[in-house]
Amino acid sequence: MKQLTLLLLALCWWAGSLPAAAQQKPAAKRKTTTSPAVPGAVLARGKVVYTQNCLTCHMADGYGVDGMNPPLIKTSYVLGDKTRLTKVVLHGMQGLDVDGEPYNNVMPAHAFLTDQQIADVLTYVRNSFGNKASAVQTTEVKAIRAANKK
Amino acid sequence: MAVLGSGTALVALRPAPARSLVVADANNADLKLPTGFGALVVAETGGKARHLAITPSGTIYVKLNRPDKAGQGILALQPATNGKATVAGGFGSYGGTGIATKNGYLYASSDENVYRYKLNDKGEVVNKQQPETIIKGLINRKQHESKSVALDNAGNIYVNVGAYSNSCQVQDRQKGSMGIPNCPVLDSAGGIWQFRADKLNQTYTDGVRYATGLRNVVGLDWNNQSNQLFVMQHGRDQLNSIFPDLYTTEESAQNPAECLYALQKGDNAGWPYMYYNLQKKTQMLAPEYGGDGKKTVNGKYLEPAAAYPAHMAPNALLFYTGTMFPARYRNGAFIAFHGSWNRAPEPQKGFKVVFQPFKDGKPSGDWEVFADNFAGSPEKEAAGRADHKPCGLAQGPDGSLYVSDDKKGTIYRIVYNAK
Ligand code: HEC
Repeated sequence: MKQLTLLLLALCWWAGSLPAAAQQKPAAKRKTTTSPAVPGAVLARGKVVYTQNCLTCHMADGYGVDGMNPPLIKTSYVLGDKTRLTKVVLHGMQGLDVDGEPYNNVMPAHAFLTDQQIADVLTYVRNSFGNKASAVQTTEVKAIRAANKK
Repeated sequence: MAVLGSGTALVALRPAPARSLVVADANNADLKLPTGFGALVVAETGGKARHLAITPSGTIYVKLNRPDKAGQGILALQPATNGKATVAGGFGSYGGTGIATKNGYLYASSDENVYRYKLNDKGEVVNKQQPETIIKGLINRKQHESKSVALDNAGNIYVNVGAYSNSCQVQDRQKGSMGIPNCPVLDSAGGIWQFRADKLNQTYTDGVRYATGLRNVVGLDWNNQSNQLFVMQHGRDQLNSIFPDLYTTEESAQNPAECLYALQKGDNAGWPYMYYNLQKKTQMLAPEYGGDGKKTVNGKYLEPAAAYPAHMAPNALLFYTGTMFPARYRNGAFIAFHGSWNRAPEPQKGFKVVFQPFKDGKPSGDWEVFADNFAGSPEKEAAGRADHKPCGLAQGPDGSLYVSDDKKGTIYRIVYNAK
């Protein structure tokens, strides 16, 4: 037991030290790398896509609708893995719990949106309604779409 | 003559009715009501209180959308002398919406099955753990899943099976996707099914598709004057977001109407092929089936008995038969509007109980707001972020009107105090 704890501690120290060692950069610069500012133009474009395609269900404030349409506020989908998030928009979603809550409605597929529209709207969602997360790039959407072609 | 005389004297000696003990909360439970009415919070259940039913002895049964922490999907509330009630236990390990009492039984539904429990003469459930399954295997595809129930006076039970689709598109709710010809959803959903109230283990083949073309009905009740089932349909969503070239966001927020239908066996209310335009009072061809916002299909389908503003989500319908309220309310309909979401980006509406006057078993005159401000403020109503959402209605033995809320789980009681 003691050995295991020591091993875990050592692992933590090793894992923790890795990024620190890799990021021997001036403090000022590091700040911009941890929260890269999203250009206002991207957010403005994303908001247009959101208003036309998502607002009807997820609401202007991202709060969603009780028991029907989940919120887009700090959910594990919105803040989490970008591939999973992009696939929700590309393929739609139904019958899955979101952070432990069931929702009785359908999220339709939005594959008709362009790669850039999807990147913009997801970047907008990840940086609105109190969310703060990295941008989704058009190239990422393109790759995810290609890898998941049905 | 002499006998009649003594009978009259006896009636006069009866004590005042027990309802005089019920006192409204000082703030009327934060509700806005017509003059002479008051409201009190009966109990805070903390659960998603969908529909509720009350026995002649005053026990309140509340159906929860999901079982609570103790695994109870039905709560039993015992009345206290001050008009409030306390949660005195529960049972039924399934979530759901429907609940009703009739002829010594309590009926309750999950999203697939309907069960019944024998009540003793005190209105208590005798065998909490072993209900009889009367209907099973109804379709639940995680959309319009509620199986609301109503009973007639001839031993039948009516169950809503909501359509697992918005408008029967090839790709549900997807922009531009057209309707499936001869909509297959209607075979097993999008209508009201009739079953026997006392027969066990019935499935679709034992029941009758009583009425079709009803997208989703959460509120339904039997009208004893016209001896007929009335239902409130939830109208279709997303005219604008599916067909942005045909409908503005305003048109989409204001249509279609939420409709009240008076049903006869075999009726077809037209979903998904049509929707009802509130302003034009006309049956319109659905855009999924060739409509363009102008083409009508008048005369083809059942006409609504009354129509209400769009998307307000009528989740309960109750014909008032009590004597506590003034005479004009008797045999009229109360409708609980759960509140809209599909009016966005326009302001949301609903979150209120309205009254629809009836005469001789038919709607007569305009509906009126009865109990308002479940949302908590006009701003909360407009944003759709209501504090409470009225979902169920029931009439107490003394004629009080009870309302359940599936947002916070508050149970309200509305009484008439004026002389
Ligand atoms: C017709 C209603 C509807 C529309 C339109 C819609 N969604 Fe959804 N969305 C849903 C529903 C319902 C779910 C949950 C499905 C489930 O639980 O399986 C969901 C889930 C999600 C999720 C994952 C869960 C969460 O809350 O984090 C994301 C992210 C999301 N939607 C984003 C979007 C974006 C971005 C758009 C516009 C491009 C959009 N949605 C359009 C109804 C909708």
